[in-house]
Amino acid sequence: MTETNSFKMEFLSRSANESFARAVVACFAAQLDPTLEELGDIKTAVSEAVTNCIVHAYPDTIGKIRLRVRILDGDTVEITVKDFGCGIEDVAKARQPMFTTGGEERSGMGFTIMESFMDKLIVRSKPGKGTTVVMRRKIQRRESAK
Amino acid sequence: MNIRSTFEDGRLTIYFEGELDHHAARDALRQIEERIDATCPRETVLDFKGLTFMDSSGIAVVVKAYKRTSQVGGKLSVTNLGPQPRRVLQAAGVERFVRVIVTPKEV
Ligand SMILES: Nc1ncnc2c1ncn2[C@@H]1O[C@H](COP(=O)(O)OP(=O)(O)O)[C@@H](O)[C@H]1O
Ligand SMILES: [Mg+2]
Repeated sequence: MTETNSFKMEFLSRSANESFARAVVACFAAQLDPTLEELGDIKTAVSEAVTNCIVHAYPDTIGKIRLRVRILDGDTVEITVKDFGCGIEDVAKARQPMFTTGGEERSGMGFTIMESFMDKLIVRSKPGKGTTVVMRRKIQRRESAK
Repeated sequence: MNIRSTFEDGRLTIYFEGELDHHAARDALRQIEERIDATCPRETVLDFKGLTFMDSSGIAVVVKAYKRTSQVGGKLSVTNLGPQPRRVLQAAGVERFVRVIVTPKEV
């Protein structure tokens, strides 16, 4: 796939940055003229991935989160969210619906939502080193845009 | 996120305004618990009319409201859901145990 546009940023794992991160990605993705539903799905997926870094990767510290967004082949948004936190012991288990280590305040539905709202979800993790989440979503060409 | 509530005839209505993510959820959970415990409602209604965004943190808030209301013998419903929060609740299967009131204009 060819990259036609991209940006990178790094921010601290403060919960106020959840809304910041999803707004930035939505602004960038707007160049593909997505529908409100597509934009909503992308914002939700970004919110889930970034929240996981803040809540799970760095439970008692403030760490760095790297966000990269690429436009591929002129119609696909690829979002990479990377942290350098505690990592995930068993990724397959973590991805199951309702699985959470976060107690009552979490629903365990984050990965399920990323998976169902995006076309593709890749999760790579090394305990003690960190986690990288890559998501892709193709934006449909609209009749009105022709 | 802004939360306010009214209580009338045993019905507690909680109005949400803004974005419900993890950042906003802790405060929302605390306020909801407090309101339900103070009023022991027959019915709790979560009114999402002013809710512009919700992620899975909002699911935990709905589940909490459901459990707490059930504990005092009441039932929970959710109303005025916009398309984005609705997709999130649907993805989580929340509609299986919480009554979602679909307003006429959404049909
Ligand atoms: N970036 C991360 N770093 C460490 N652990 C993570 C990360 N993301 C997810 N996890 C683990 O995977 C579990 C499931 O995540 P998720 O589906 O988003 O549900 P929730 O966040 O509600 O717990 C989390 O409870 C946590 O144990
Ligand atoms: Mg999560």
